[in-house]
Amino acid sequence: MEALLLYSAFNGLIVGIFYALMALGLSLILGLNGVINFAHGTFMALGGYVAFTIEPYVGFWGSLVVAPLLCVVLGVVVERILIRPLYGRDPLFSLLLTFGLAMIMEDLIRTIWGSIGQPFALPNYLNSPLSNSLFFLTGYRVVLILITALVTGALFAVLRYSRIGIRIRAGNADLETISAMGVNIFFLRAANFGIGIFLAGVAGILAAGQLGLSPSIGSQLIMPSFVAIIVGGVGSLLGSVLGGLIIGIASGITAAFFPVAQEVVIYVIMAVVLVARPRGLFGQEGLFE
Amino acid sequence: MSLTNLVSLNRRGLLKTGAAAGMASMVTSQVTWAQSETPVKIGQVDPRTGTYAGLGENQIRGATMAVDELNKKGGILGRPVQLIVEDSQGLPGPAVSKAQKLVSQENVDFLIGAVSSAVSVSLSQFANQHNLVYVDIGGHVDSVTGKDCKWNTFRTCSTTWMETDADFKILFDKFGKKWFFITPDYAFGHALHADYVAQLTKAGGQALGNALAPLGTTDFSSYLIQARAAQPDVLICLQAGDDLVNVLKQAVQFGLNSQMAIAGAQQELEVLEALPPAARLGWWTFEWYWNQPGVPHLEDFVAAYKARYDNKVPTARSWFGYATTHALALAASQAKSLDSIKVVRAMEGLVLPPEIALQPGKCYYRAGDHQMIANMFPGHVPANATYPNLFEVAQTVPSGTVAKSPEEAGCKLVYPS
Amino acid sequence: MSSSIETKPQAARHVNTNGRVAASAIIWVVLLFVPLWLPMVGGYTDLATRALIYAIAASGLNLVLGYTGGLSFGHAAYFGLGAYGAGLCLIYIAPSLPLAILAGTVLGGIAGILVGPMAMKRKGIYFAMITIAFGQMFYFIAVRWNGLTGGEDGLTGFSRVPLHIGAETIPLGADRFYYVVLALFAVVMAVIWQILRSPLGHSFVAVRENTTRLRFLGVAVDKQIWVAFAISTFITALAGALNAMLTGFASPDNLGWQLSGSFVVICVLGGMRSFWGPFLGAIIYIVAQDYLSSITQNWMSFIGLIFVLAVLFFPQGLLGFIKGRARS
Repeated sequence: MEALLLYSAFNGLIVGIFYALMALGLSLILGLNGVINFAHGTFMALGGYVAFTIEPYVGFWGSLVVAPLLCVVLGVVVERILIRPLYGRDPLFSLLLTFGLAMIMEDLIRTIWGSIGQPFALPNYLNSPLSNSLFFLTGYRVVLILITALVTGALFAVLRYSRIGIRIRAGNADLETISAMGVNIFFLRAANFGIGIFLAGVAGILAAGQLGLSPSIGSQLIMPSFVAIIVGGVGSLLGSVLGGLIIGIASGITAAFFPVAQEVVIYVIMAVVLVARPRGLFGQEGLFE
Repeated sequence: MSLTNLVSLNRRGLLKTGAAAGMASMVTSQVTWAQSETPVKIGQVDPRTGTYAGLGENQIRGATMAVDELNKKGGILGRPVQLIVEDSQGLPGPAVSKAQKLVSQENVDFLIGAVSSAVSVSLSQFANQHNLVYVDIGGHVDSVTGKDCKWNTFRTCSTTWMETDADFKILFDKFGKKWFFITPDYAFGHALHADYVAQLTKAGGQALGNALAPLGTTDFSSYLIQARAAQPDVLICLQAGDDLVNVLKQAVQFGLNSQMAIAGAQQELEVLEALPPAARLGWWTFEWYWNQPGVPHLEDFVAAYKARYDNKVPTARSWFGYATTHALALAASQAKSLDSIKVVRAMEGLVLPPEIALQPGKCYYRAGDHQMIANMFPGHVPANATYPNLFEVAQTVPSGTVAKSPEEAGCKLVYPS
Repeated sequence: MSSSIETKPQAARHVNTNGRVAASAIIWVVLLFVPLWLPMVGGYTDLATRALIYAIAASGLNLVLGYTGGLSFGHAAYFGLGAYGAGLCLIYIAPSLPLAILAGTVLGGIAGILVGPMAMKRKGIYFAMITIAFGQMFYFIAVRWNGLTGGEDGLTGFSRVPLHIGAETIPLGADRFYYVVLALFAVVMAVIWQILRSPLGHSFVAVRENTTRLRFLGVAVDKQIWVAFAISTFITALAGALNAMLTGFASPDNLGWQLSGSFVVICVLGGMRSFWGPFLGAIIYIVAQDYLSSITQNWMSFIGLIFVLAVLFFPQGLLGFIKGRARS
């Protein structure tokens, strides 16, 4: 019984990692760019597919760096051409635009790589369980957790200590003032969007190794990521990460004991949070804790 | 609105020989048809987007190839054949909307298609309301030719029962009697599971458990944990498409393949192709296979298909689409009519000639329930398999020996008076 | 038609009113004869029925989206609940078309009444996210409650039953069903028209234009949005019930967020600030989708492109664009 609880909580944690990475990127873009990026899921899928394609040349570890960067390039182009005209307009429009973009990108992925899933092969040494008694702990899952911790930690460090990070935080608090102080907010927003997409790309590759690659993989993960943001507290990046992990674990445990409710439980948690604490669990502590 | 339709009229002019746009290969004019000749229209509703798009595409390819062959040889009743393909997205809602369109706007003579069971059930119901001949190409749920069978509905692919029955005995004898199931949570999965459990109980085996996974599940770990805890001899994975890819991949990651036999009912070449080499394993049943030594006409068919489609070998789905289309043409010319009830009567008991059957024995649509009776091909995935040699047929089982009789299946055909 | 909610000189308003009455008269006449002329131009009646159903759904949504300015991105949930409610009523309660439609409408509407206050805890872009998420909740309930809803396969086993009026039994073929839908569409449009002219409707627009000021005036803004949201979910659920009668079943994709997005883009495409906007948007969208998905496998790209182009070049929608042209 405890063993099953432990297994399933760990499983939930793994799924929660994807929610958290997605939610973190979404949350960044939501903050400074003021955009709900519906195409976030397809950028994620794109990361996985690009990695799949370049992996034979640069290896798994190489693709883990190169593929997200390629996504960032596309993301910045999209930001410049499509999203920039929408700043300052009703958020409805950016929502619809990214929604349409998601459809186009998913369709292009299907056209380029085919509608059947693709075999994304992991290095063999990552593919086996670490020990027989802890069979659910494959090398890959450990790597997954480490990489996520590394990426998240690096992001928080950048936001706290680097110049651009400080500006992003400042821009979140008061865009007009920092603009008046001579900060190029167009550049800042593009950079911020790029960082968000980078996180999506990383999530995409990690997910490809864990969940497999199919054109619709992103749309399956993006909805829970929204919930993660709401539960964690809008405006709190740490909240988004923890929100993702919480709903992932909750869903994992529910899957073991009451499988029919494994998705619904996520939304029930959201409803409870909205009623009991509308600002979200960590919403109050300011933007970056 | 009228502008759109002007364009669409042009389109129909352009696509005289059939094959919806988007397909690279449109054969134009081996036989020149008189302009006045109205084509016989076959409406095909199959997924080109969504989870089942890969499988749907092969069904479309098979049907398209058959239509081109028919047009080269004089069409149906001396009229050209036009295949109109509509995208069902693999969902019953869009599928019925598309069927509505094919009936109302295109006035199709026959309706074919479906990959998922839900779509075949809804299309069968729809066609019945419109007195239209419908052939379910690839939706397997028993009820379509069982308790919900309809006078106007035929099926080319096998039933779930046939799929489980065909490899049950091999698995049971070879690996043992304690089984665990991971079942997709929809009609097809439930049917397969019920059929296996019935066979298992009959043979004195034991079903240790059943984990229900929703369609589109990407993370199967909680189900695999349950399977591992149960310590079965055989782990049966009843997923299809991408879901099967994921469950197999993760089962290998968890090392389950070294602890129990991994097997299942239906397996498809499309799925094995999408698997990373490490996860290509297990015991399965194919419904048709491109490599059957000694079967007449098969090599020609495979060669023609490969030449046409990017050097890909035909899959069971390709053959379903191909055989379905030819069968309709044969039935129509036997009936000398396109009238639904006459075509249905001609189709009942219709035996496919060897160049269409492309497998040993007698292949025919059984009169009692309109189910195609052909062969099942249980076997396993050999070690280090590479495309296209991804499967090794252990045995060719005539499906007549494994199918339920129409009475057992609960089919009572009621014809319009 | 929406003159009551727009500010413009009295004289211009008067002239416009005549033109608009004429325009809407033409629309109704054209709609009345659809089964006659549509097949002649290569269409089919069920397509028009579907367009009308989407027009009802989008008009309902537009009460929230266009008039109170609430970004509801989860309206498919109420559409889908309407569909399931109607189907379940036919299967388990009674084979009556009016009862089924009523049951679906009430089910979706009640869900809307319940969700409203929770979604309203946040405003703007977050309201959008919350409505999407609640939509997904209903989606998963439908998918997982296998015994009742048929799960992934959808709810089957019912069909469009004949209409019983007195002792008469009227079977509903494609054309007759079109007129049933058209009649309900007329009722919905009349109801929306009345609401917009009423003080309640004026307060919706006031919410959109200046929430803060309303609060200072002591208006319970949240209650206004809630009322608009609830009414709109009833209307969208009605459309869902009709859709179930059109296709003969209800399926989970009736509740999916993709459909929610379609409803929003329909409103934007036609013109969110215009009374007839959602109607026009529905026609464009349904015809485009029907046509594109038949001619190309990549129809999703084209639909996506419609979203992108509508946002970049026609943010006021087609009607807004035309009006803008006419004014300048």
